[in-house]
Amino acid sequence: MSEAPHIRIEMLSNPLYLAGARELISGVCRRLGFTEMCTSQIALAVDEALCNVMRHGYDKLTDRPIWVSLWPGPQGGKPEIQIVIEDEARQIDPADIKGRDLDDVKPGGLGVHIIREVMDAAVYEKRPGGGMKLTMVKKQPEHDKPGGECKC
Amino acid sequence: MAGQPLQVNFDDRGTMVVVTPMGEISYSEATSFRAVLKRASDLNRPRIIIDLSRVDDMNSPGVATLVEALQNARRNRARLILVGITQRVLAIFQIARLHTVFETRDTLEAAAGE
Repeated sequence: MSEAPHIRIEMLSNPLYLAGARELISGVCRRLGFTEMCTSQIALAVDEALCNVMRHGYDKLTDRPIWVSLWPGPQGGKPEIQIVIEDEARQIDPADIKGRDLDDVKPGGLGVHIIREVMDAAVYEKRPGGGMKLTMVKKQPEHDKPGGECKC
Repeated sequence: MAGQPLQVNFDDRGTMVVVTPMGEISYSEATSFRAVLKRASDLNRPRIIIDLSRVDDMNSPGVATLVEALQNARRNRARLILVGITQRVLAIFQIARLHTVFETRDTLEAAAGE
């Protein structure tokens, strides 16, 4: 999307602020008309993405910047949102960002899988100025009822 | 309510340990929750029950602590039972395809009474 984001926040890479970021995303998604289950899943995806930046990108440093930008979809249609998360963490090849094999039951490695499972699109890129950029898109499924279960 | 700091009750009943987290288990809380679960594991009770009915939110670091606890329990030949999983938490387990890996019960009485 070329237009300016409707919401853009800058936050520090401190886990203390994860809940606040989730609540922002949840509040916006509800207002856009997403079902409660879809709202939870979008907030979870953002939470997982922010956790990954904090843990792996910034190696748990708590004073580094993260930007979260939101664009709603066209008015009048099914709810839709694009969320972009950017950082200044070390750059890695997007092809190397993979969720783990779910048949292998072990702790860790779930975040990327969760993001890709609940969002319609999740694209990692290197930012031109340094750091990484994750673009996620979610549309409310056609067959969902307001307040009902998300058929993701 | 989501965003509340995690509190954990720990109840050693001799033949079982009941761990009851309350609040959310996210990145910030996973370390302290892991320590509580290790304490439960170190008691070597035959049964560890984790009552999740008062957990209103969880993300992958929280799920990872439960997977670790399950692995520790299996090593110790103990049973690990999850109780009262909310729909919100169940959805995360389903996404991670872990909902069939854990032994679950609807109520604490059911888990403790077998």
